[in-house]
Amino acid sequence: MKVAILNFPGTSCETEVERLFQTIVKAEPTIIWHADATSLEAYDAVVIPNGAVYGNYLRPGALAKSSPATKALQTFAQAGKPVVGLGNGFQVLVEIGLLPGAFLQNPSLTFQSGKAALRVNRKTKFTSQYREEVITLPYAQQFATYYNDTPIAKEQIVMTFENNMFNSTQSIAALTNEGGNVCGIIALPERATEAVIGGTDGLPFFESILNNWSEQ
Amino acid sequence: MKIAKVYVTLRESVVDPEGTAAKEALHKMGYNEVQNARFGRLIELELDGSAEDVEARVDAMCKDLLINRVIEDYRFDIEEA
Repeated sequence: MKVAILNFPGTSCETEVERLFQTIVKAEPTIIWHADATSLEAYDAVVIPNGAVYGNYLRPGALAKSSPATKALQTFAQAGKPVVGLGNGFQVLVEIGLLPGAFLQNPSLTFQSGKAALRVNRKTKFTSQYREEVITLPYAQQFATYYNDTPIAKEQIVMTFENNMFNSTQSIAALTNEGGNVCGIIALPERATEAVIGGTDGLPFFESILNNWSEQ
Repeated sequence: MKIAKVYVTLRESVVDPEGTAAKEALHKMGYNEVQNARFGRLIELELDGSAEDVEARVDAMCKDLLINRVIEDYRFDIEEA
């Protein structure tokens, strides 16, 4: 599986995503600069890594709309191929209209990081490899509060916070579009893919992507 | 030259923790008449005056980029600079 890792100005977590696809789940990752991503046709999956895209100016992820990669991403997603936004990447997907809703600043008004207990809906294409219903993933965010005024369908909700620590709509931590091929996750599964870095609960997320799309 | 002043506010349905914190601070300082505080932002756009349909253009800028209508409301004034 050929995986495009899309870098915007301010993206900062592309290296761990590259490493995990290369050495852990055995795919072929390539880091691509957003301005060069006028077409993503050559790839089987696209990942937008964590990192304060465009310095979080205007709204987190908002300025990505001006990138040529946005149109390429929309075309790619319409073809039913998997698109993943990790952490700040989730905010990009919301702002460019590939996922519904918006993000607000944490109720604490501060950056927060740590580990959160998340409940997994194992019926999505991003979670089919999970065996447990409740997992632990790291998070590191100032804008983690997901907001939507129209309810998200149950099948689109991928993960929820057990304690809804950010006061998010429907406790959402991860969701998909209606087609089920675009997924945003505000936690950071890429930081939990090896026991030596403190956990492997993020690994089935990436294994699910490979498992559900690599044969196509 | 024209200046468009775009006033952005959080929608009523959205919790505004900054506004709540400011209201509580004002109360502690004795300004008990404050019932509610809502934060927003002001965006000033300097326009070169070449576009004829200025209002429609500014409205399109708001909808295309400046505003996320899931969480924000907006209005704007256009002034001669």
